[in-house]
Amino acid sequence: MTSTTTAAVQYAHATGVFKLTFLLILLPAIGAAVLLLGGKRTNAWGHLLGCAMPIGSFVIAVIEFFALIGRDGGENRQLDQHLFSWVPVAGFHVDANVLLDPLSICFVLLITGVGSLIHIYSIGYMEHDPDRRRFFGQLNLFVAAMLLLVLADNYLVLYVGWEGVGLASYLLIGFWHHKPSAAVAAKKAFLVNRVGDLGLSFAVMLMFTTFGTVAFDGVFNGASSGHARTGTMTAIGLLLLLGACGKSAQAPLQSWLLDAMEGPTPVSALIHAATMVTAGVYLVARSGAIYDVAPHARLLVEIVGGVTLVMGAIIGCAYDDIKKVLAASTMSQIGYMMLAVGFGPGAYAIGILHLLTHGFFKANMFLGAGSVMHGNNDEVNMRRYGGLRHVMPVTFMTFAFGYLAIIGMIPFSGFFSKDKIIEVALDHGGASGWIFGIVAIAGAGMTAFYMTRLMLMTFFGNKRWPRDVHPHESPKVMLVPMAILAAGSLVLGYLLILGGSLQHFLTPSVGPSLEVGAHTISPVVLSIITLAVVAGGVGAAWWIIGRKPVAAEQAPNVRPYAHATRRSLTGDAVNEAVFMRPGQYLTRALVYFDNRGVDGIVNGFAAGVGGTSARIRRVQTGFVRSYALSMLGGALAIGTTVVLLRVGS
Amino acid sequence: MAAADFTAPSIAYGALMPVLIPAGAAIVGVLVDAFAPSTIRWRAQVVVALAGLAGALVACGILAGEHHVTADTAISVDGPALFLQGTIAVLGIASVLLVADRSPGMDGGAFVASAATTPGSADERASIRSGRIQTEVFPLMMFAVTGMMLFPASNDLLLLFVALEVLSLPLYLLCGLARRRRLLSQEAAVKYFLLGAFASAFFLYGLALLYGYAGTVSLGGIHDAAVSGQHNDTLLFLGLALLAVGLLFKVGAAPFHSWIPDVYQGAPTPITAFMASATKVAGFGALLRVFYVSFGGLGWEWRPVAWGIAIMTMIVGSIFAITQTDVKRMLAYSSIAHAGFILIGIIALNKSGLSGSMFYLLTYGITTVGAFGVLTLVRDPDGEATHLSRWAGLGRRSPLVAGVFALFLLALAGIPLTSGFTGKFAVFSAGVSGGATPLVIVGVITSAMAAFFYVRVIVLMFFADPLEDGPVVVIPGGATSSAIAISVAVTVVLGVFPQPLLNLANHAVPFYH
Repeated sequence: MTSTTTAAVQYAHATGVFKLTFLLILLPAIGAAVLLLGGKRTNAWGHLLGCAMPIGSFVIAVIEFFALIGRDGGENRQLDQHLFSWVPVAGFHVDANVLLDPLSICFVLLITGVGSLIHIYSIGYMEHDPDRRRFFGQLNLFVAAMLLLVLADNYLVLYVGWEGVGLASYLLIGFWHHKPSAAVAAKKAFLVNRVGDLGLSFAVMLMFTTFGTVAFDGVFNGASSGHARTGTMTAIGLLLLLGACGKSAQAPLQSWLLDAMEGPTPVSALIHAATMVTAGVYLVARSGAIYDVAPHARLLVEIVGGVTLVMGAIIGCAYDDIKKVLAASTMSQIGYMMLAVGFGPGAYAIGILHLLTHGFFKANMFLGAGSVMHGNNDEVNMRRYGGLRHVMPVTFMTFAFGYLAIIGMIPFSGFFSKDKIIEVALDHGGASGWIFGIVAIAGAGMTAFYMTRLMLMTFFGNKRWPRDVHPHESPKVMLVPMAILAAGSLVLGYLLILGGSLQHFLTPSVGPSLEVGAHTISPVVLSIITLAVVAGGVGAAWWIIGRKPVAAEQAPNVRPYAHATRRSLTGDAVNEAVFMRPGQYLTRALVYFDNRGVDGIVNGFAAGVGGTSARIRRVQTGFVRSYALSMLGGALAIGTTVVLLRVGS
Repeated sequence: MAAADFTAPSIAYGALMPVLIPAGAAIVGVLVDAFAPSTIRWRAQVVVALAGLAGALVACGILAGEHHVTADTAISVDGPALFLQGTIAVLGIASVLLVADRSPGMDGGAFVASAATTPGSADERASIRSGRIQTEVFPLMMFAVTGMMLFPASNDLLLLFVALEVLSLPLYLLCGLARRRRLLSQEAAVKYFLLGAFASAFFLYGLALLYGYAGTVSLGGIHDAAVSGQHNDTLLFLGLALLAVGLLFKVGAAPFHSWIPDVYQGAPTPITAFMASATKVAGFGALLRVFYVSFGGLGWEWRPVAWGIAIMTMIVGSIFAITQTDVKRMLAYSSIAHAGFILIGIIALNKSGLSGSMFYLLTYGITTVGAFGVLTLVRDPDGEATHLSRWAGLGRRSPLVAGVFALFLLALAGIPLTSGFTGKFAVFSAGVSGGATPLVIVGVITSAMAAFFYVRVIVLMFFADPLEDGPVVVIPGGATSSAIAISVAVTVVLGVFPQPLLNLANHAVPFYH
């Protein structure tokens, strides 16, 4: 290979404790298999097994993490373990390998750590659900698929994990499938994700035709060698972005995320914090070598991130449903991460930093929201809450930590990660740097507004819950995970940024962070500006909502922009027209078909069978002749074509 | 040729064991039927049939790696032949297990006591009341297996024709033996017979033309003549076309597929499983040998037509399956679509095409037997509940059975981590390297269409409300259970660890003649 700017990617072989990497995936996979196939026999201890598996993976991940830190930098920290040869066809060789490197261990720790806490919390949350065992089985499946996704060392295995995540989310969002809204939401998530998956699958195919391999090292070395045409690389980058948009709920594929709140709340926490939506960010960060040579694709990543950031924040201002507000905030925060990874080398680590801190404070808040719902008869409308800080003090405290983290209040974790993103946006230079920087700062203000609104409506103000509801604090098994996550929301940002530790750690995977000579705006000044905007957002929320009692019903007559916002900025309408309607017509036709069959049997089974058999008989006596005729026709056609081709050639 | 000139060809009996053992089992089965006391007859037949098939499988294993051209070049026992014979033996074992299940839930089994009585007549009622058991089905199956074993090993068109008839005639009879819906079953038998005879006529005509062209019926001889190119090509290509019609009929490629839905629906379900799996393997085995050995050197002349047939087969199978309301008919159309996919491997005409097709045949066959096996378990008071609407909500009431069926459907759809994906991948990549990329694109699109109707059944089973008077899922006997368990295991294992079997298939190529 010719000398290039980037050193060739090379992975060391896994030895010692790193040979356990496959267990990370296998443990939850076994859990899922046992719980889903084991049937009622496993009901009694299913939830314990379901928790033990991700915890086991977490323990291994921690051991491997410290072993990884103990090794020298560079390729020694990128360890490839060969499991078996998956597709060995001549000319196309794919191994089932797992790759443990700084980037993947970050995700593994987040997935298994936060995932384990959510599992434990679910013991309490799902205690009265008759299908608790199935729930844990599917949670394990979700975790296993996500681990496979981040541990793959090639795009095909990654794709399997990618699809697995899609399947598991479909099952979990539709977990209460007796509720039509849940079934619809699950379907919607699945379909929108399919659109994204299509992009990823095309990207993988294009990689294979371009580089002859789908392995990370082969593709990245091929990309940085500069042999591939820029157009091809841009196409790959855009297709990967489409995949990332689907999984990470970025514009224009964001609509499924709000509806996905139909799933049980721990699922929302898992989707939003530890798994699923982070997959898109992972994909873009992992494929950095491709985006390095595709600047147009990179710009689009930034635009998608910026647009979604604002869009999510606006949508978050309008909803009264506590979970939907949190969902919109996820969209917005993932937008920040996309923006960061879009900025390219040097900024990847910052995107990942925000991803990790977000994983903690968002899981914290979702579990908090679940706790609030648990104490309020599963009510999600914030107009029916109010003054809950007195009756649910622990939930309030932990939630407040998450709240302070997400609005970026110093010294909570969000402050460090979000500030960094705004900083790199402005340092990016040029008009785009200013635009994205201002968008990011405005987003921080809006975040402060809608999150403060949520806090005020839920925990402060007048009590608005109906007479038959008696809010109460949740059991310990739910509160302890929340407390741990709250502690993470407080300290994680500071710990990760201390001495640039995360950035140095991630260098082997995503390249070194750029040493910026001069900042556009000095970081201290920038932090003060941002904090001022945040304070403005908080003040505005208090001014509009906090001063007077909140109405228990939504005002029906609102101005057009509020109406549009309540309808998710018409995102649903677009999706309906493009993706849903055509599918619906097909489905409806089939349902009609089905109904006729079902009705026929219900209305008169005997008559139906008699009629059907008569019809079949009538059709069949006619068919023998025509079958023979069609065969004769086919034979004649083949014979003449072959002879004609022969004569013609 | 004067009688004095004729010398008996030497025959390597050892190499023919995979054919001879089932033939022996068939003859023993006839004797058992005639002489064994009725109390042990059923059990004895099952044992003989299974022993015959297991013996054949063992013989294939012992012969692995060898290649013999014997009986004066009429038979070639080489890698592909042994691989396919082994596949047929495995599929035969699974099918016999399905046939053998007479547990109480099965309500007397799938077969009628006397097939010749008029449906609805007093004779029929009497024969049902008598409770007699039908056991001819086992020797008939073993005769069919004998033909199937010979089919992919035939190195000579005349023997190929003999094998074709040996495997077809018992199948015609077997189709008419369904215990329920007698009229449908008898019609299926007659229809299969008439159309099969029609197809055989095409085959014979093609054979005659090819003999006229090459002066020999051996596949190698035809190849040599075609390559030398000294004769009138029209005879060669007409003969090739007509020969192909006969073979394409057997594998159910469009436009020679029309019998498949009707016959698969009318035949007793275990026999449908047998036909859809083992017959297809044998048919494709012969098709592969004929095209790879005899016409491989011809180049592009026959390819456009073959492309047309493959595309048509994939499209017809996938589109018609969508509107089916009967599970058996749906699986029948799916088998047509699969035939189209395997044709890609034949058209590829390279080593990986051959090994990929063989791997595909094994995975498809096993999954299909399993799927039809599940079908026998879901029953209404008057037999199997094959109407799709009756399966609504099955997943709620019998999650295991519905889950297993869902696995088979996913495998047929070619979802990763099932054997179906590996098989499709092998065939499609062989197609791309064989220069048939457009064909592969059609294949991918039609697989996506096909996935739609497979998933529709899964959705219906798991997300629709169960019917109040819905079908009963019977507890299967040991035989059916083991057949389905084998299918599940193979489907999963070949999806996750396909390597050893892919190696086996890769080592089995090429053909010797």
